[in-house]
Amino acid sequence: MSDSTVVGLHHEEQHHPELLHHFAEPQQQRDAASLGMWIFLGTEVMFFGGLFCAYLIYRRWYFGDFGAASKSIDATLGATNTAVLICSSLTVVLAVWAAQTARRTLLIGSLVITMLLGLVFLGIKGKEYKDKFEEHHVPGASFSFDHVPIPGHADQYANPRHAEIFFSLYFIMTGLHALHMIIGLGLFAWLLFMAWKGRFTPEYHTPVEIGGLYWHFVDIVWIYLFPLLYLIDRHP
Amino acid sequence: MSMATVTVQPVERENYLNKEYGVGSWLFTTDHKRIALLYLMSITFFFFIGGFFALLIRLELLTPVGDLVQADTYNKLFTMHGMVMVFFFLIPSIPAVLGNFLVPMMIGAKDLAFPRINLLSWYLYIIGGIMMLHCMLTGGVDTGWTFYTPFSTAFTNTKIVEAGLAIFVAGFSSILTGLNFVVTIHRMRAPGMTWSRLPLFIWAHYATSIIQILGTPVIAITIVLVAVERTLHLGIFDPRLGGDPLLFQHLFWFYSHPAVYIMILPSMGVVTEIIACFARKRIFGYSFVAFSSIAIAVFGFLVWAHHMFVAGISVYAALVFSLLSYAVAVPSAVKVFNWTATLYKGSIHYDAPMLYAFGFIGLFTMGGLTGLFLAALGIDVHVTDTYFVIAHFHYIMVGGALMGYLGGLHFWWPKISGRLYPESLARLAALIVFLGFNLTFFPQFILGYLGMPRRYFQYPQEFQVLNVLSTAGATVLGVGYLLPMLYFLWSMRYGKPAPDNPWNAAGLEWMTSSPPTTFNFEKEPVVTWEAYNYDELDAPHKEEVPVVR
Amino acid sequence: MYFGIWITLLLCTFITYKAAFIELGRFNAAVALIIATIKALLVALFFMHIKGAHEKLLKLVVISTVFFLFILLALSMADYGTRMWS
Repeated sequence: MSDSTVVGLHHEEQHHPELLHHFAEPQQQRDAASLGMWIFLGTEVMFFGGLFCAYLIYRRWYFGDFGAASKSIDATLGATNTAVLICSSLTVVLAVWAAQTARRTLLIGSLVITMLLGLVFLGIKGKEYKDKFEEHHVPGASFSFDHVPIPGHADQYANPRHAEIFFSLYFIMTGLHALHMIIGLGLFAWLLFMAWKGRFTPEYHTPVEIGGLYWHFVDIVWIYLFPLLYLIDRHP
Repeated sequence: MSMATVTVQPVERENYLNKEYGVGSWLFTTDHKRIALLYLMSITFFFFIGGFFALLIRLELLTPVGDLVQADTYNKLFTMHGMVMVFFFLIPSIPAVLGNFLVPMMIGAKDLAFPRINLLSWYLYIIGGIMMLHCMLTGGVDTGWTFYTPFSTAFTNTKIVEAGLAIFVAGFSSILTGLNFVVTIHRMRAPGMTWSRLPLFIWAHYATSIIQILGTPVIAITIVLVAVERTLHLGIFDPRLGGDPLLFQHLFWFYSHPAVYIMILPSMGVVTEIIACFARKRIFGYSFVAFSSIAIAVFGFLVWAHHMFVAGISVYAALVFSLLSYAVAVPSAVKVFNWTATLYKGSIHYDAPMLYAFGFIGLFTMGGLTGLFLAALGIDVHVTDTYFVIAHFHYIMVGGALMGYLGGLHFWWPKISGRLYPESLARLAALIVFLGFNLTFFPQFILGYLGMPRRYFQYPQEFQVLNVLSTAGATVLGVGYLLPMLYFLWSMRYGKPAPDNPWNAAGLEWMTSSPPTTFNFEKEPVVTWEAYNYDELDAPHKEEVPVVR
Repeated sequence: MYFGIWITLLLCTFITYKAAFIELGRFNAAVALIIATIKALLVALFFMHIKGAHEKLLKLVVISTVFFLFILLALSMADYGTRMWS
């Protein structure tokens, strides 16, 4: 054990510049990063999961009131946002493919378009929030939801307190999602910077891959949020 | 000028402790062993803070009237005791100290998969800890560590949001540690270290990490909901506004029950290692013990509502959770059987780590069995929210988890510090802890059964004798905890230098120097032997390996 | 191949949106969730490359996570669904 010869890995010519010292080879480092990001996404699923649990319970309890509240948010904007995110997921896979095949221009372009689409998403969200604010649907002191009929039961009005719970969950869930989008934008800005400086090669582009995984996850959360929040009870 | 006499000191080999000096080399380290020591110092600090609150609680309970502190203050005492002990001591303890130190070494790796994230974990823990300290110093929280709604969201005027955010931050420390361990164990095992050759300590930490990863985010979002509700006066948990207080309890306990398995599983891993070494035998039923760790992690997620039997959940749900709670006891029992079978016909040595392991087996079994009492709906109605519950979980947390932690600290101390602790004093301390513990908590089973409620600072006169016994035990227990702290510190300066493998124990970590070098192994080990190969280590034809005693 | 998945995803979104306006009673929610799950699977399998992964480990991580989320939802609903009072 006091013998100080070391197994081959420290010969400088075999050393990839991005290889960290505690890994034996680049593939191990890549596999570790990938597994790490997937596990992190697992924690994010459980993080949002608590909100979905609260939402499902109250939706069951107050189905009519939730339906009325859901009808008052703009489903067209929601659907548009869904399409925006789906397009951004496409540009993300293009970015990863570009990094794998050393297409620097395509990589940079895809990252830029992804970020632009993310900004579009946030812009549309901002418009929705603004509408809710003007309609006094933001929970709190100035909340009001009087005389709104329950869908399918024109003679009954929704209970404002229960509707306020819907809007609380709406703002918390979409707000948390938007926060994750903003973080994603920050992440992609950093990826863009690294790509611009030429740091990514076919051998090393792990940050693009795991950044992409994060973005896809944010997309998947929205894929579930959209029907659950916007499409509870839309039939006339 | 006279000639100065030069005393020749033996040159100390370079190791992770003396490689670099200076505060910066510690605060910016990415060496998992240094990070483990950073955690050791911080959690010991919080342990004594939590212990201080316990002392005040026990002092108040010496007399049946509330005469030491006011009622509100008492509420804050037991709340802060619980919050500090659970979130800032028990949950990090073994994984952050022993796990961080040993996991890479036990699998033959140079470090964890993500060393910088490891350091970030510690910083998050410290930030959470500072926030919690600030919260306590500026008024604290009085809801109980379970901060049930709507009291915590709508009625109390104590610092819920701040305490909640402190726990939120500390929770991320826990998540990142778990993430690091899982990736490390999957990706960084040395050649030949197959899953079935891993020390059971590793299996235990793997299972713990699964719980940390999947459970902690749920309490994180719960804290967010409580903070938002409290600040903006929403109605998610407030029945006056259409909310359900039980929803909070479901979300809270979905994490907090598996959290108790975060606290006990690593300790079980430690006990397994100690028993194998000090009985000089392979662990009986390796696969059963390994899979029982995973089973505890999985089943632990299925039982949370047994904390809510009398809270208002449906009787049918209560039946299901009661049944599942019986099921979760089975893998724990499997471990106890296997430890016992390992001891049978073993060559038993009664060193301090083994004394702690023995204490663990007995006390954990008692605590676990009383859990079955609580899982029975009929009995639970009688003893829930009494001192019976408090005794139950302290038997497991203190008699189990904490004793395992202490045993592990003793067992691996020579490796961590390069010094030997004083063995006779350590055995005495272990005995003091065991006696003090039982004197403190056994009377509480009786108190609870007789009906003394928990979280009360005054009680009927007839309960005083048992309470006085309990407080007396707490004092003894305190002495038992102070002793190791003192002699461990003493040993760092004056203890005998430790050989590489003072216990002649199996495991890759013992094949490094004491203390190890920064990168643990000079050559990547190649494993060709099964775990716990004590028969080979103790084989009679081998030359006598001097074991320093 | 990515473009094919992309088109499918947009189509599914369109279908979900339109289906919400059709009276299906209790099946509205089921349809919406099924389509959402199909979309999520498409993103996960093809965009996140689970389909081509050489190791089963990633699939195990995803399945375990979803399983425990399901436990949270299902066992909570077991309580709420069987409360016989209001």
